[in-house]
Amino acid sequence: MDVSHHLVVVFAKSFGLFYLLVMALAVLAYAFWPANRDRFDQAARDVVEDEDEPWA
Amino acid sequence: MVSALTASERTGALAILFALLGAGVVMAASTATRSDPMGFHGYLVMLYALGVMVALLRGYFDAEPPSSRLEHYYDDPTKAGIILAMGWAVVGMFVGDWVAWLLAYPDLTFNSAWASFGRLRPVHTTGVIFGFGGNALIATSFHVMQRTSRARLPDQLSPWFVLLGYNLFCLIAVSGYLLGITQSKEYAEPEWYADVWLVVVWVTYLVLYLRTLARRKEPHIYVANWYYLAFILVVAILHIVNNLAVPASFAGAKSYSLFSGVQDAMTQWWYGHNAVAFFLTAGFLGMLYYFLPKRAERPIYSYRMSIVGFWGITFFYMWAGSHHLHYTALPQWVQTLGMTFSLMLLIPSWIAAANALLTLNGAWDRVRSDATLRFMMMAAVFYGLSTFEGSFMAIRSVNSLSHYTDWTIGHVHAGALGWVALITFGSIYALVPWLWKRDAMHSPALVEWHFWLAMAGTLIYVFSMWNSGIIQGLMWRTYNDGGTLSYSFLDTVEAMHPYYIARAIGGLLFLIGAVIACWNIWKTIVTPSPGAVSVADGQPLPSLLPAE
Repeated sequence: MDVSHHLVVVFAKSFGLFYLLVMALAVLAYAFWPANRDRFDQAARDVVEDEDEPWA
Repeated sequence: MVSALTASERTGALAILFALLGAGVVMAASTATRSDPMGFHGYLVMLYALGVMVALLRGYFDAEPPSSRLEHYYDDPTKAGIILAMGWAVVGMFVGDWVAWLLAYPDLTFNSAWASFGRLRPVHTTGVIFGFGGNALIATSFHVMQRTSRARLPDQLSPWFVLLGYNLFCLIAVSGYLLGITQSKEYAEPEWYADVWLVVVWVTYLVLYLRTLARRKEPHIYVANWYYLAFILVVAILHIVNNLAVPASFAGAKSYSLFSGVQDAMTQWWYGHNAVAFFLTAGFLGMLYYFLPKRAERPIYSYRMSIVGFWGITFFYMWAGSHHLHYTALPQWVQTLGMTFSLMLLIPSWIAAANALLTLNGAWDRVRSDATLRFMMMAAVFYGLSTFEGSFMAIRSVNSLSHYTDWTIGHVHAGALGWVALITFGSIYALVPWLWKRDAMHSPALVEWHFWLAMAGTLIYVFSMWNSGIIQGLMWRTYNDGGTLSYSFLDTVEAMHPYYIARAIGGLLFLIGAVIACWNIWKTIVTPSPGAVSVADGQPLPSLLPAE
């Protein structure tokens, strides 16, 4: 029982750290990727614009 | 409303209602030979199915809707959801103020079990969180998913199934508490059959959202949808895992959790804190990221930061729940993990709050003149304040003073009244004139009244609970020279009495504001705009639903 608890703790503390760091880098890269800038600006503007009907 | 359904959708609805009726009969019949409170729910389900069936059959043979309906968004369920949300708001807040007075004057139970604090309190929490908040989230999500996708809902039956099915769950929940049915898990009190029903409803909701997104004409999925989707998906996961249980009998309400001891506590608070995160935060952030830019007529200040904030909130919150179990049998490192993630949460939380407030830069004159926008602005302020307070209270040494005291209640209500309710009222005040094609709310003056009543009520509530909680916490840890406790528990209860009265008054102001909102919304719905052409889509105005 001790062994399995120990294993789980080691896994949580190592893998947990790395996947969160990698995910954070991926998110930051996606959010700040220069090519995405226009798409994001467009998305933010589109919401404010008139939207009475669905697009055909 | 039935006239907007196609013939096959009407048939489908009737089939679902017959199945529901059958389920109600089975529930009632299975408890016929022995007394079990589940039998009452059998009759409730039958009554609900019959009530909706009557509404359906009254329009069953009407002409089918024209195909030109597909050129418009489908807003009937949104309209009904708003009315349901406001109905639950009044009921849930009324019971909340009732239990507030009950704490100040504990004899007010009429010697009846149903009127005891333990049964009424979950009626309040379920009424406001799931009844008011849940209906508001479902209604606004139907609106937002269509507008931001520029696509109509894929069909007209499943949104009604989600909305009416969800309200059946809420009714089973609150009526069960009064009868004494509970599985003793906070914010997850309903028993196994209600939980199973909610899974069916919730999965339909998730599929409906994904189907709408799949039909989208706008290539980019706007960030508000990410928040709504996180809310729907994670609540499904939380609900299923935390409610894993074995019924003692399929012919009775009682069930036993699959977890026990500290694992049960950890599962419950993983659920409980993520209910705060994904029900009361992510979903309402979806509301904020859509309705605030719309009302301010300004795009969100930083779309990039809304993305960074989204991933921060979804992945940090998952680990924060163990801060509810400081100084318990939970391993120390798991407590520390929860505390650390709670502190890190301040970053994405303040990103969202700052993003909302910076969006208003250049529109502050409108915040002054438009109470609806002011509701949203103050919601962002309270969101920033209560997330700071939450991170602070999650620190173990701070928690040793705050935990089990009224400070926690004050914190929760700073979030629930100041953030969740204010952003909801702001969004509903923006949405009602749009949906019912009115120039503005019936009475802008009453929106102002509501704003200031809500403000005063929240501040009175939160300040009285801060005072009460800190006094309570300090009295519990005051020792005399002999090394024994200076105050008995009853001394602390007496010290809290004046704050309990103040809290009940604050809650009453908030409730009065919600009642005013109901009247104002109703008048807006039934009074056509002067000089306006008749309602464009030709739909009859929705009347109150059987769930009300």
